[in-house]
Amino acid sequence: MLSTKASCSSHGQDSSYFLGWQVYEKNPFDEVVNPTGIIQMGLAENQLSFDLVESWLRKNPDAMGLKKDGESVFRELALFQDYHGLPAFKNELVEYMAKIRGNKVKFEPKNLVLAAGATSANETLIFCLANPGDALLLPTPYYPAFDRDLKWRTGVEIVPVHCSSSNGFRVTRLALEEAYQRAQKLNLKVKGVLITNPSNPLGTTMTRDELNQLITFAIAKNIHVISDEVFSGTVFDFPGFISIIEAARDRNLESTDVWSRIHIVYSLSKDLGLPGFRVGMIYSKNETVISAATKMSSFGLVSSQTQYLLSNMLANKKFTSKYMKENQKRLKKRKEMLVSGLKKAGIECLKGNAGLFCWVDMRHLLSSNTFEAETELWKKILYEVGLNISPGASCHCTEPGWFRVCFANMSHETLQVAMQRIKDFAERSSCSGIGKSYQQNMSSFRRKLLTSNWVRKLSSSDRDEQER
Amino acid sequence: MERTRKKGQLLSRMATNDRHGENSPYFDGWKAYDENPFHPSQNPDGVIQMGLAENQLCFDLIKKWILENPDASICTAEGVDKLKNIAIYQDYHGLKEFREAVAKFMERVGGNRVTFDPNRIVMGGGATGANETVMFCLADPGDAFLVPAPYYPAFARDLRWRTGLEIVPVDCKSSNNFRITRAALEEAYEKAQSSNINVKGVILANPSNPLGTVLDRETMRSLVSFVNEKGIHLVCDEIYAATVFSSPRFISIAEIIQDMDCNRDLIHIVYSLSKDMGFPGFRVGIVYSFNDVVVNCARKMSSFGLVSSQTQYLLASMLSDEEFVGNFLRESSKRLARRHSVFTKGIEQVGISCLKSNAGLFFWMNMRPLLKEQTAQGELELWRAIISEVKLNVSPGSSFQCSEPGWFRVCFANMDDETVEVALERIRAFVLQGKEEDAPDQKSQRWHKKSLRLSFSSSRLYDESPMSPRMLSPHSPLVRART
Repeated sequence: MLSTKASCSSHGQDSSYFLGWQVYEKNPFDEVVNPTGIIQMGLAENQLSFDLVESWLRKNPDAMGLKKDGESVFRELALFQDYHGLPAFKNELVEYMAKIRGNKVKFEPKNLVLAAGATSANETLIFCLANPGDALLLPTPYYPAFDRDLKWRTGVEIVPVHCSSSNGFRVTRLALEEAYQRAQKLNLKVKGVLITNPSNPLGTTMTRDELNQLITFAIAKNIHVISDEVFSGTVFDFPGFISIIEAARDRNLESTDVWSRIHIVYSLSKDLGLPGFRVGMIYSKNETVISAATKMSSFGLVSSQTQYLLSNMLANKKFTSKYMKENQKRLKKRKEMLVSGLKKAGIECLKGNAGLFCWVDMRHLLSSNTFEAETELWKKILYEVGLNISPGASCHCTEPGWFRVCFANMSHETLQVAMQRIKDFAERSSCSGIGKSYQQNMSSFRRKLLTSNWVRKLSSSDRDEQER
Repeated sequence: MERTRKKGQLLSRMATNDRHGENSPYFDGWKAYDENPFHPSQNPDGVIQMGLAENQLCFDLIKKWILENPDASICTAEGVDKLKNIAIYQDYHGLKEFREAVAKFMERVGGNRVTFDPNRIVMGGGATGANETVMFCLADPGDAFLVPAPYYPAFARDLRWRTGLEIVPVDCKSSNNFRITRAALEEAYEKAQSSNINVKGVILANPSNPLGTVLDRETMRSLVSFVNEKGIHLVCDEIYAATVFSSPRFISIAEIIQDMDCNRDLIHIVYSLSKDMGFPGFRVGIVYSFNDVVVNCARKMSSFGLVSSQTQYLLASMLSDEEFVGNFLRESSKRLARRHSVFTKGIEQVGISCLKSNAGLFFWMNMRPLLKEQTAQGELELWRAIISEVKLNVSPGSSFQCSEPGWFRVCFANMDDETVEVALERIRAFVLQGKEEDAPDQKSQRWHKKSLRLSFSSSRLYDESPMSPRMLSPHSPLVRART
């Protein structure tokens, strides 16, 4: 009676990635009101620099467009639904994007298409590049919601490109070729490779070598490269960020075919910490893609009042410079805090220089080198330790035991609580030995209190969900 | 040739076909407007835009409310404290206050004869996104929906382009005022079946675009029993619900099913604030379904077109101000009624009639007496003459898939009073001029002789020129402010 899409589960929301959130929502941590609640570390949000945005707003009270230059533009904004986007906004966006890339590349507003978040931008781009049944290569581990965003309504398949810890999860030509062959065997037509750079969940930037491998591969196979660069403004350390466009331009590929097969997706959700405003975009030199994507953006335009507000904000270059610098500083500090906290607990992370999370190695805490053990560990961390972190399996990682832990969506104090809980947990694990029931090793009153609270709060329906 | 073919394969079929529908003549009129837009003082001979169904009559009321309620905006000193919570809010359930306010507003607009459950309110990227989402939920590629014609041109894109669905028009005739008859529905259904097309439902706009009429109770009950019998869906796009300015009143499908024995899992509503409130730029689309699975699915899909939290927050506050809403709806109706009357009476004076209507932002004008020949071609010729000579962009009935040539949709709520006068004067002059001609031949020759300023060559198929519903007029302060 309904469509296949409505009745299947390729929206991907049955995965642990989303389950953890549901459990968190039922028992969310709050320093004052619910200090034993679950701390959300599964959400890659940037909440570190709102004070800067707030202070800009306080100084610029007319961002509603009621009194611009003595003449109200409110009416114009309310009526403005042109899918080409507010010109002022796109002009500011391309400048901002260039700034993030150290002004080493220049972007043209006419090659930018706005969308309702990167979620919509990614889906729209796939609608333009691939037919139902075609395939995309994606290096693993990757952002869990790609299963929904890239596949669900488009009917396109994802073929993972296996990356391993042996080389820091770097993408190799070998892995790309292997994935391509696998797709061929499955009779899938590969239309492109999609990378996230900086990587989610790894928190690393791609090296020039990796980017070159990708470009060479795309040339050889005559396929597209989509570079999701939503985290490009969160690079806080060396070696710095190289955009795919920069790498291609440095190889003098501007007048070759592949130049029109390279596309960037961007958003303000991670860099500026404004996911609620739904500001996403596609950047491409391919005129046909731009034309089609522009029309498709009708299905998810950015609210005109939001475009107006942000065009004003981004026009203030002093503000954006200050914001970028300060934001990166705070991210770096926060990351270091998490990394050292984990280290104290005997837990290592992949060395990273970007993103809002750490890629954490908990392989040594697994009862066995399996995904079942990883799930077991994840549940313990969720229900007993009270941290919602994302298990590697939800990111399609091929090795069990890796977890993505977010650090930028909470206060300093909350992160300290989280660190303490992890430390205690690690101590318990090493005392009790791997795989035993942790309840048996409760020694402090505080831990007892925490556990009994959580166990009480869990209804049987929660358990059913967790068992899914 | 080789390179073109190669390029075509490199992208999807969707990116290179024209099921987005933008190559239809419907958009050519807009191009004429874009190239030569009317302005009372700066360009008094320009083209007047009457092809755009926008509601611009009540901005003064909204602006006043916003100025009086600074805490509803996160951009003001009074509201900036909320910035953080709002800016990070991307939950696809939508702000609770927003959903509650929208539900209450919809109840109000439905004459307070129905209740809407805020938990069934799902967001969409405008009604455009909402309609597409509903289609994705209800049908698979290759399936079809019955759509009573004449219908909103962009349905061709919204319902079909990315979903892969087909539209089967349900023919409605002027002889009975374009009512949707059971017979017409059955006929369309049978035709589809015999062509092996799987019909999944009926979708229509009530009040109707382009007719400007509301569905009567009998027709609505007939629709419900039709879909029930066939086990197919009914989607009612109620986007113009609050633009009803005289009786009979608007009846929501939600009200009809209250007193009918029917399978509620088949009933779905699409709504938006773009027409009633005049906010198309804010992209507030709503899916309201009585089917739980559809609500859940549409909600997940709304990730692809959530309403900006900044906008949700503002509107949650505005729409829950009952006094403001009451006053707004009353005043808006009054102004729409007045504008409608000015136009319809004005053109009546020169012998042009319209379909009797009581809603919408347009009227359905009967220009059949002026057609050289009662054919689609005749209609297009007349239309080109209206654009190039009269300099009014009105929309020809063929772009709405109307089976009878000679009807035009004329929008009246997107201009000020001054422009209304100019537009009326031009129509009157054109019609009277035509009547003064001695022989019909001379009249038709007149149109043919005039060099048509518009070029309708196919080279514009992949033109980059803006053809979206609302672009910034060169006179816009937004443009001036930035140069």
